[in-house]
Amino acid sequence: MGVEKPKADLLPGTLDMLVLKILMRGHLHGYAIAQLIQQLSDDLLRVEEGSLYPALQRLELNGWIEGEWGLSANNRRARFYKLTPDGRKHLAEQSARYRQVTGAVARIMGFA
Amino acid sequence: MRAGSRWKCFRRRLRYWLDHSQRNRLLWEEMEFHIESMTQELAAQGMSEPNARAAAHRKFGNMTQKSEEARSTWIARWMSDLVQDLRYSFRGMRRDAGFTAFTILIAGLGIGAGSTVFSMVNALLLRPLPFRDPGRLVWISNGGNFAAQTEQYSDLRELNRSFSDLAGWSGFYIPGDRQLTGAGEPERLTSVPVTGNFFSLLGVEPAIGRSFTAEECQGKYSAPTAMLLSYSFWRRRFDSDPSVVGRKLTLNNHTVTIVGLMPASFDFASVLAPGTPVDIFIPWPLNDKTKPAGNTMKIIGRLKPGTTLQGAQAELTALGKQLNSQHPERNPVVPRLVPLDRHVSGSVSPALFVLACAVGVVMLIVCANLSNLQLARLGTRQKEMALRAALGAGRSRLLRQMLTESVALSCCGAVLGLALAMAGTRELAHLHAFNLPLLESVRIDGSALLFTLLAAVTSGVLFGLLPALQVTVRSLREGIQDASRGSSGGKRHAWVRDGLVVSELAFACILLVGAGLLIRSFLRVLDVNLGFQPERAAALRINPSFRISGFAQQNSFIDEVLRRTRSVPGILAAGITDMLPLRDDRSWAVSAVGQVYGKSHPPPEPFIRVVSDGYFEAAGIPLRLGREFTERDRASSERVVVINETLARTLWPAQNPVGQTITTDGGRKVVGVVADVRHEALEKAGGPEMYLPMRQTADYAAMQLVVRTALPPDSLAAGIRTALRPVDPNLPVREFVTFQDLVDRAVSPRRFLVLLLAGFAAFALILASLGIYAVISYSVSQRVQEIGIRIALGASATDLQSRILLRTVGLAAVGLALGMTASRVLSTALGNLLFGVTSGDPITFILMGTLLIAVAAVAGYIPAWRASRVDPMIALRSN
Repeated sequence: MGVEKPKADLLPGTLDMLVLKILMRGHLHGYAIAQLIQQLSDDLLRVEEGSLYPALQRLELNGWIEGEWGLSANNRRARFYKLTPDGRKHLAEQSARYRQVTGAVARIMGFA
Repeated sequence: MRAGSRWKCFRRRLRYWLDHSQRNRLLWEEMEFHIESMTQELAAQGMSEPNARAAAHRKFGNMTQKSEEARSTWIARWMSDLVQDLRYSFRGMRRDAGFTAFTILIAGLGIGAGSTVFSMVNALLLRPLPFRDPGRLVWISNGGNFAAQTEQYSDLRELNRSFSDLAGWSGFYIPGDRQLTGAGEPERLTSVPVTGNFFSLLGVEPAIGRSFTAEECQGKYSAPTAMLLSYSFWRRRFDSDPSVVGRKLTLNNHTVTIVGLMPASFDFASVLAPGTPVDIFIPWPLNDKTKPAGNTMKIIGRLKPGTTLQGAQAELTALGKQLNSQHPERNPVVPRLVPLDRHVSGSVSPALFVLACAVGVVMLIVCANLSNLQLARLGTRQKEMALRAALGAGRSRLLRQMLTESVALSCCGAVLGLALAMAGTRELAHLHAFNLPLLESVRIDGSALLFTLLAAVTSGVLFGLLPALQVTVRSLREGIQDASRGSSGGKRHAWVRDGLVVSELAFACILLVGAGLLIRSFLRVLDVNLGFQPERAAALRINPSFRISGFAQQNSFIDEVLRRTRSVPGILAAGITDMLPLRDDRSWAVSAVGQVYGKSHPPPEPFIRVVSDGYFEAAGIPLRLGREFTERDRASSERVVVINETLARTLWPAQNPVGQTITTDGGRKVVGVVADVRHEALEKAGGPEMYLPMRQTADYAAMQLVVRTALPPDSLAAGIRTALRPVDPNLPVREFVTFQDLVDRAVSPRRFLVLLLAGFAAFALILASLGIYAVISYSVSQRVQEIGIRIALGASATDLQSRILLRTVGLAAVGLALGMTASRVLSTALGNLLFGVTSGDPITFILMGTLLIAVAAVAGYIPAWRASRVDPMIALRSN
């Protein structure tokens, strides 16, 4: 049983990477993460919001993020996630890899 | 990922899994918060509350699916299925407690028996001997099962090239041959003389202290200066006090230093001399001329790396021939090599093999029985399974669920079985009276646990597979509407169940015949004419604690002991011997005057016993010709000897042996002939024997006072001791043994095998009868209506009963025929274990066949009787 793979229609591993990147901004709950992904991509990336939760579980299991319960802006119990040092390292590795892959794809497609 | 983070990840996963219900709840709360937030936002944009909620849900996706997906990151799917199935199985078990208890009991008994037998096989055959690199150790006997002279050992050790070293120990140490006096109660110790390199050859180091030095191995045989303690003796006598090493003790009036303690793992007795506990080890000085002459040394060797057993055998055979021609004055040596482990457990392996097979058959019967029970329950499960199938459970999912149930049951059984096996192995390990090697090391260890688990899973699958296949095939095909009236649907079913019962009966038959043959052999063995009468005879060790310096002192000691013993009320006869039948042995070559012996016609080698007057009467050995020894056969009178019938026949065929003379031991005249005594084993004829009068020789190592009593011997032990106290106040108090004990001990391995096998056979018979009972009563209950109609139409009770009984006996007969045929073939494998019966013994076959049919008939009669009392009105109205 290794690292679980996401089942979103993004490139494999992308959702995880996006979540980690978003969490660079600080402690956020699931809803906020979904909101941010949508906003930052100018509504281009449509993640089925439910898929976020398996991804969060997976990231937490791998020790890349840590969740703890707190109160949301409107005073409701929500779970806030933060990046761990391991997660930071993983994100760096992932983004480097992603840059390589997309660069290669772009070269083949003649975009670059 | 690095190993550390993988481990952390695993630990997290385990933690999540352990409180998965809590986590699951929190996950839902988290997702609900998400939806709530979305709803609020949409509502803020002007959507109505219900619409906003619906839109949020749409956008979020299937919550159950997501939660399952999320959950599957910490538990794999199959695991959660397994947990579900298990939970379901346990619920089912609670609902059907009777069935569950019965299944667990039967599976537990079967698995318990299996694990116990496996532990024995493991300890005696599979586990390596507790020595360093035991595979290279070789037992070197002198032509079969004899020992060799120490001179031969020294030469073999010197000249051979196949072994890195040879070592030896005295094959004729006598239990209790050293007396410990001084501190504490005087006690007789059993000491084994070993060569100086004995322990290093085996690769065993003393736990405390050291082994013997070369100097200690140069002393006198009768007065060693150093000794090593065995672990059990150390624990018993010194309460595990480590400071005893270095202390000096008095053994046979000599001071001996304790130089070391052997570790607990080194159990000399259980490996090399089963049944006689050894207290101490002493060095065996090979240069000492006073050491016992003759074939006294047992030899082991460690093969050099790269040398084969065949190569070593060839070399030693040649070496033996060379030595025999160079030293005609010595006893001949014919080295025969056997791997040490084979020598140790070779004699018990056929019996263990039989036991292992028997336990395997028992397991098969258990499985057939449980399979049958499961099938009987299928009627009720059918509907449920059909419903599950209709709701979309796949065939493999249903199969898996059924198998999970049966494996869960058998694993519960295994827990019970393990408890039984633990109790069983503990019992076995403490059976000191049993003459089996390595028995003390029988225990439940890792491999036995593994075996138990394997047995549980295998039997679970085995007994669950048939019902599982049945149920899945049927539920997918026939659906829900069947099941209510099992009238015709049961046909194929019945066929399978009949097959199971028949195989159960056949297996039970095999076990019964095997056990029957061994029981008859056992009875034959007990019936054997021993040559002595064990009832009401007993022996007490009376070696004088002081030194006997001459014949006068020795003979007055003997006179005094016998006079005082005979005056004890209840003593019918008393005599002294040096060796007890079925326990001690030694042999000499003997030749008659006027006969020529050579290589092709070797002189007979009778067993030698040194006895006093009254011994034959006390032991119950009948006199055939001539006279017994009397008090007047003394050092000063004519040198005489008594021989047994076999020796008389060998030396003087068709002549009167009384009055003849033998050349051995300075020439002795034969004055009497006594019956043959079996002294190696009950199964083995005695061979030639020779008795020397104790008052005419000093060549003996022990004195055993043998008494024949009018009362049970145990009650007289104290009286004899009191009577003997004036003769020697230091006589030890232990070491009282009845002749019946000697016999029991000699037959103990056989009794053990018979008991276990009879137990297995009885268990098998019970299971088979339960099986046939279950099948018949099931078929009766299925046909209650039909029976009701028959009765209503005028069928008589006897008519019905005989109909049902006929079916029972029919099944039993088929099982019996199969079982008998298989038994006839398999029983030849019992081979040497049989005694006095052939493997096709008709009486056993007939008796066991009758027993099986009778038990089956009784098992079938109960449901038949119940069927005949069916009230037709009730039967027709029901359903």
